[in-house]
Amino acid sequence: MTRELSYLRLLETEAVFVMREVAAEFERPVILFSGGKDSIVLLRLAEKAFRPARFPFPILHVDTGHNFPEVIEFRDRRVRELGERLIVASVQETIDSGRAHEETGVGASRNRLQTVTLLDAIAANGFDAALGGARRDEERARAKERVFSFRDDMGQWDPKNQRPELWGIYNGRVRKGEHVRVFPLSNWTELDVWRYIHAERLEVPNIYFAHPRRVIERDGMLLADSRFVPRRPEETPFEATVRYRTVGDIAVTGAVRSEAETLEAVVAEIAATRVTERGETRADDRVSAAAMEDRKREGYF
Amino acid sequence: MSANPLDAPPELLRVVTAGSVDDGKSTLIGRLLHDTKSILDDQLDQVQLTSQERGDGRLDLALLTDGLRAEREQGITIDVAYRFFTTPKRSFILADTPGHVRYTRNMVTGASTADVALVLIDARQGLVEQSKRHAFIASLLHVPHLVACVNKMDLVDWDQGVFDAIVDDLAAYGRRLALPELHGIPISALNGDNVVDRSDAAPWYDGPPLLSYLEDIDVAADRHVFDEARLPVQWVVRPHDDAHHDYRGHAGQVVAGTLRVGDEVLVLPKGERTRIAQLDTFDGPVDEAFAPMSVTALLEDDLDVARGDLLCAADAPAQVTRDLHADVCWLAEKPAQPSGRYLVKHTTRTTRAELTRIEHVVDVGSLRTEPDPGGLELNDIGRVALRTAAPLVVDRYADNRATGSFILIDEATNETVAAGMVVEAVRDGGARSPNVVWERGEATRDDRWAALGQAGATIWLTGLPSSGKSAIAAALEARLVGGGTGAYLIDGDNLRHGLSGDLGFDAGSRAENVRRAGEAARMLADAGLVVLVALVSPYADHRERVRRRHAEEDLPFVEVYVDTPLEVCEARDPKGLYRRARAGTLHGLTGVDDPYEPPPEPDLVLDGTQPIEDGVAALESLLGDRGLL
Repeated sequence: MTRELSYLRLLETEAVFVMREVAAEFERPVILFSGGKDSIVLLRLAEKAFRPARFPFPILHVDTGHNFPEVIEFRDRRVRELGERLIVASVQETIDSGRAHEETGVGASRNRLQTVTLLDAIAANGFDAALGGARRDEERARAKERVFSFRDDMGQWDPKNQRPELWGIYNGRVRKGEHVRVFPLSNWTELDVWRYIHAERLEVPNIYFAHPRRVIERDGMLLADSRFVPRRPEETPFEATVRYRTVGDIAVTGAVRSEAETLEAVVAEIAATRVTERGETRADDRVSAAAMEDRKREGYF
Repeated sequence: MSANPLDAPPELLRVVTAGSVDDGKSTLIGRLLHDTKSILDDQLDQVQLTSQERGDGRLDLALLTDGLRAEREQGITIDVAYRFFTTPKRSFILADTPGHVRYTRNMVTGASTADVALVLIDARQGLVEQSKRHAFIASLLHVPHLVACVNKMDLVDWDQGVFDAIVDDLAAYGRRLALPELHGIPISALNGDNVVDRSDAAPWYDGPPLLSYLEDIDVAADRHVFDEARLPVQWVVRPHDDAHHDYRGHAGQVVAGTLRVGDEVLVLPKGERTRIAQLDTFDGPVDEAFAPMSVTALLEDDLDVARGDLLCAADAPAQVTRDLHADVCWLAEKPAQPSGRYLVKHTTRTTRAELTRIEHVVDVGSLRTEPDPGGLELNDIGRVALRTAAPLVVDRYADNRATGSFILIDEATNETVAAGMVVEAVRDGGARSPNVVWERGEATRDDRWAALGQAGATIWLTGLPSSGKSAIAAALEARLVGGGTGAYLIDGDNLRHGLSGDLGFDAGSRAENVRRAGEAARMLADAGLVVLVALVSPYADHRERVRRRHAEEDLPFVEVYVDTPLEVCEARDPKGLYRRARAGTLHGLTGVDDPYEPPPEPDLVLDGTQPIEDGVAALESLLGDRGLL
């Protein structure tokens, strides 16, 4: 008899396999968690891979300080439910210690600074593998990303120096100081993530659902009216019904007009959208076609 | 999009595409994505902008796929890119790989997981070396389906003759490989003809456009050819809490077949037997786990099972071995060296390995093999012998990708330097099953030979079809038996009716046919008979392996080359093989459209145009000289 796994379960089993490889092959792995939808899926996959035992790695949150309060509240609750260990690496502390300098003015964000904080946390804890929620469908440079993405001792990504990945055999060998970013969701699309959240009945922060919010409009994008978002003189806050497609630095993460109040409605909206996640909601990626490639080279998520 | 977005996406198809920008590959993929509405507005805007900046008159769809800046600047594809799109019928993961020989390793990467290979061919260029290489890689990696997209048909006025010639050429080349299924489609990626929508430009083509073809290919069957249960243990789950005090779960992905609760399994390489007590998942226990499910297996007995061990069906175990013959694609700048030492990662097991021999390198254009090349360079494809420090538990790659594949890692740099595919696992005595222990009876070879009053030997006659091998061998057999010497003829044609009745004529089957003939001859020689083998056995390295097997067991082996010019063989043609090959109704005939490699150092060369008695006499005298009679 021929039996086939459904598409979502295929993605799931592939990701679980990757997680177990990481647990087995590295000495000090860590899993990155932002409170966003992709990392919520990642934590569920870790449960699938390791329960009834505890996770063989701690959870790391790189905290920009420019947060949606709902997301931080959700983060703490989720980690408590899981009974796992959370490490918070703070961008504010990186700035205070003088290792990074705050961008200023309109459009400033801490997106880029996160890289320094992340690399510091990896070095300080001696992590040799960091599991992240990046997907290949997000952006052109990401499409060439390996599942095991090798980073040198400066934390940098060299697109020409990546290891060939054949079959499901991953080479995770690193020298001291080097590490590997591992992306179990490589073959997932944004729609797959939402379908999985729906299928697994996963809780997500409520900013993903339509809610009234005071926003300003900038370059065709709706930004939250927040103390982290310096306003231009002509920008007047107004109230709109919006939801977020992605969770990031509040200063540069755009909201979209939406009436989607349920998971079902969100899935329907994503299935019908004509604009990519990053194009619609990440102001910093609009700067140039190569923006992501540059940030990735520096060691960004 | 499916009608209800909450419905599960349809069945998955993994596709690898090969070809260069010159063949229009990026344009084709851009076209597929664009015409299936998989490109969103802001991505299209970006492409439009770049097209304008570069002064292109039209939207350059190739820009959709070139992800790295160097690729956009140089107009080439360097690395494998993965694309995702969905139609109502199928979900696609497309591994977009560069075509240039410099990036062969990237195509190997993309092909390693693919169900279908798309090879792009420029209609104006015809079947060039590069396209052959792509077909060869697809066959080597056992991609079950090959689609030849003959592109730029608009530039040859949609000439059916051009299309047919290319597809026929590729089919002829493919017959010499283990290429399963080939389909050709005439397209123009630039204009979108026969990509997503049927084109009127080629009324003579009655097949489907590319996308429909991909939507309808049956791949479910391919995935279940090998159905013996295999679970490489990845990770041992031990909760260390009071609720799960004695819990010891063996987590991993079932890579073939089905495991059921209660099934007897063999834990390899140790060989202990136990039963599946429980199959756990996060969502609760299940009665059975089939490939490719990830599960946690609990065993009835308390065994020391660790990462790298394989749980497999007790009645169909994989092979435990430290000696392998494997095809490898060399992925590193630093060449492979005989007796080089590497790490080998196979399923979830990593151990050290030595390349004991580089047996041959393949010339991809002619498919000829060059024996003992002395090394393998970047992108070379060859056959090697490996000896590992710890045993591996393998299946042949042709049987099962997951347990037949491995990578080699350079321990100094941690680079992945080779992709390997198990051709054959060698065990002491050659037993394939770990259950089969080589039984040594009380009687020795000397006892047997003394009882018969003669010594065993293998005389191997190789040569073109109709060269006269069988006639000479049969005459010699009659003469020896008539004179009181026990002899036995193993004839190639007869072999095909019995022992090798299940084999075809592709390279892999030919190798296996020669191996079986060699093993049968070795056993009969060990029994004390003079064994005469008359077999075309066209490839030097296949014969060499038989010679080695005899040497390992200290048995005489005599290689005889029956040298008869092709014209003479063709004029004889008692079975009408040449006539059919020339008429195009028989493919892969040695000497016509499949190569014959004469022995570099035969023990004896017989002129096949001379009378049979002369050949028999010459052979008999050689055997006498060597003390074999």
